[in-house]
Amino acid sequence: MAEYAASGETPEVLFWVGCAGSFDQRAQKVTKAFATILDKVGIKFAILGKEEMCTGDPARRAGNEFLFQMMAYNNIHTLNGYGIKKVVTICPHCFNIFKNEYPALGGNYEVMHHTTFLQQLINDGRVRIKEGGAFKGKKITYHDSCYLGRGNNIYDAPREVLAALDIELVEMKRCRSNGMCCGAGGAQMFKEEEAGTTRVNFERANQAMETGASIVAVNCPFCTTMLTDGIKNKEKEDSVAVMDIAEMVVASLA
Amino acid sequence: MHIIQQLLFILCSGIAVFFFAKKVAEIRRNINLGRDEDITDNPSARWKNMILLALGQKKMFKRPVAAFLHLAVYAGFIIINLEILEIFLDGILGKHRLFAPMLGNLYPFLIGFFEVLAVLVLTACVIFLIRRNILKLRRLNMPELNGWPKSDANIILTTEIILMGLFLTMNTIDLVLQSRGVEHYTQTASFWITGNFTWLYSNLSTATLIGIERTCWWLHILGIFLFLNYLPFSKHLHIILAFPNAYYGKLIPQGEIKNMPDIQNEVLYMMEPDKAPPATDAQPEHHRFGAKDIQDLSWKNLLDAYSCTECGRCTAVCPANMTGKKLSPRKIMMDTRDRMEEVGKNIDVNKTFQDDGKSLLNDYITTEELRACTTCQACVEACPVSIDPLSIITQLRRNLVMEDSNAPQEWNMMFGNIENNMAPWKFSPDDRDKWVEELAG
Repeated sequence: MAEYAASGETPEVLFWVGCAGSFDQRAQKVTKAFATILDKVGIKFAILGKEEMCTGDPARRAGNEFLFQMMAYNNIHTLNGYGIKKVVTICPHCFNIFKNEYPALGGNYEVMHHTTFLQQLINDGRVRIKEGGAFKGKKITYHDSCYLGRGNNIYDAPREVLAALDIELVEMKRCRSNGMCCGAGGAQMFKEEEAGTTRVNFERANQAMETGASIVAVNCPFCTTMLTDGIKNKEKEDSVAVMDIAEMVVASLA
Repeated sequence: MHIIQQLLFILCSGIAVFFFAKKVAEIRRNINLGRDEDITDNPSARWKNMILLALGQKKMFKRPVAAFLHLAVYAGFIIINLEILEIFLDGILGKHRLFAPMLGNLYPFLIGFFEVLAVLVLTACVIFLIRRNILKLRRLNMPELNGWPKSDANIILTTEIILMGLFLTMNTIDLVLQSRGVEHYTQTASFWITGNFTWLYSNLSTATLIGIERTCWWLHILGIFLFLNYLPFSKHLHIILAFPNAYYGKLIPQGEIKNMPDIQNEVLYMMEPDKAPPATDAQPEHHRFGAKDIQDLSWKNLLDAYSCTECGRCTAVCPANMTGKKLSPRKIMMDTRDRMEEVGKNIDVNKTFQDDGKSLLNDYITTEELRACTTCQACVEACPVSIDPLSIITQLRRNLVMEDSNAPQEWNMMFGNIENNMAPWKFSPDDRDKWVEELAG
């Protein structure tokens, strides 16, 4: 972003990568996939790079409002400093913070989750999917992340992207507004689970595997980790893959 | 004879209404113990929610079997109330079947319709009892329901069965007495259901029948008065509070957590000291971060607690609960109500609340429960009457972390990482855009 600012240009959109997308090896692949799509389509996008910081989501949900406010202050300062208007992110938690929680703190941006962004690119004909792509006719299930689904009522955009890939969508019994959490939200990602009979991600991964799908399509870096672990627990990682929708799109570009 | 019955009736209704009103005032006071929260925005959306969710029971239909049975009881309850109006006026005026001459042919049709509803209510309540006590549905047999909550549910169902039984018996005997031309029993056409059962009583003498009919009449109306006064002590209060609760339900996206402006300002003054108001000697009002007890919660959280009928739809979809953790959103609501009642009794005795060394946090809801929440909002989505257990959970979590510095070690590490490395993991901020090089290379 600093380079755009220095040259006096304005990018079409700011790509908010998020901490997982930046540092987590698995999520980096999604970041790269999405960046590749943007490049290929010729969208002028910027990233904050080293200036990006955690939105403060896990701190706020764990109860540490002070830390959240510090992070929010710094991020909003940076974004407003660059005059950012439009943000796209590959993380539903960042998306929710931008859409619902930064406005009260003076951070007003048009924010989109990457699945909605991709759906629009496909609808506008800017992203073209090749005929008979890698996923055509494949049995695929889709896991609604809590903060995209229930949190913000986005159920259809990701499904429309999947439909464009010509897959056979098999829904889990718990889907859409009744979808079950992967177990990572509310800062659970960063701690051990409390004592119980099983882990949340094991339970959800089992539900996904029961559909007989060979791919679990996801939209969140934390869901990706949790469901992958759940599938590994059943030693099904060779037959069931967890893929972000951006990864599926990048592999199907015409 | 009639005049004594009338006076007695007026006395009974007066007592019933007095005690009910007293308890309602107490509940109102308890709800107002909560923090003030302005929920007056967007009335049209709120009315719509009330009509769809409370009146229309939209969310109940996520579970069709329970929804249909519930609808039968609910419709029965509301519509049969029209008949109660007649019974009530009968009690005061001593005029039996007051509406019959006015409504003409419509009257037996209406009563017949009420009777069909009464049978539906009765059947549904029997099925509900079976589901609870014989089939032992999981969500209706969880540990937090042991003791009073289970008895409460069975008392409600049994009472409704008895009331409907009395109503039907009363009508059957009424028809027999009508056919014998007994004075006071206004002539009507036969009723749909009870008309088929008059043979049950045809052998009994008129005097006996009048005795039974009067007894049924009195038990039925006294039962209703008692039930009215039972409501405020019971989970069954939802039949009233579902309406305001749906009206005041959350309109903002479910994923949104309420801002804390005081902390926002504290950070602002720290970062930009020139914006801070000049220091004064005035002691700032004591104010807790997050919520420790019911007084720290919003009045809507407290209204939620009184509106909860412990159906457990929230707990049934809670990922933590499903995987054996201690957290149950329903228990969060039950604990909040129990603590509120306890604080209310404390105020009744001491005029103002005297510290009893207890609080909602720790004494009712444990850290283990709070920690297990994934903030997935499934409980909020599942509640048919717009109760938000998550709001209470996050407020209690704020108190744990900000006032007691009570967080698991891993969370403290995560906080430290965010503060020092601007990411929840221990990575160097310099590597944040390393993927760009990898992608280019």
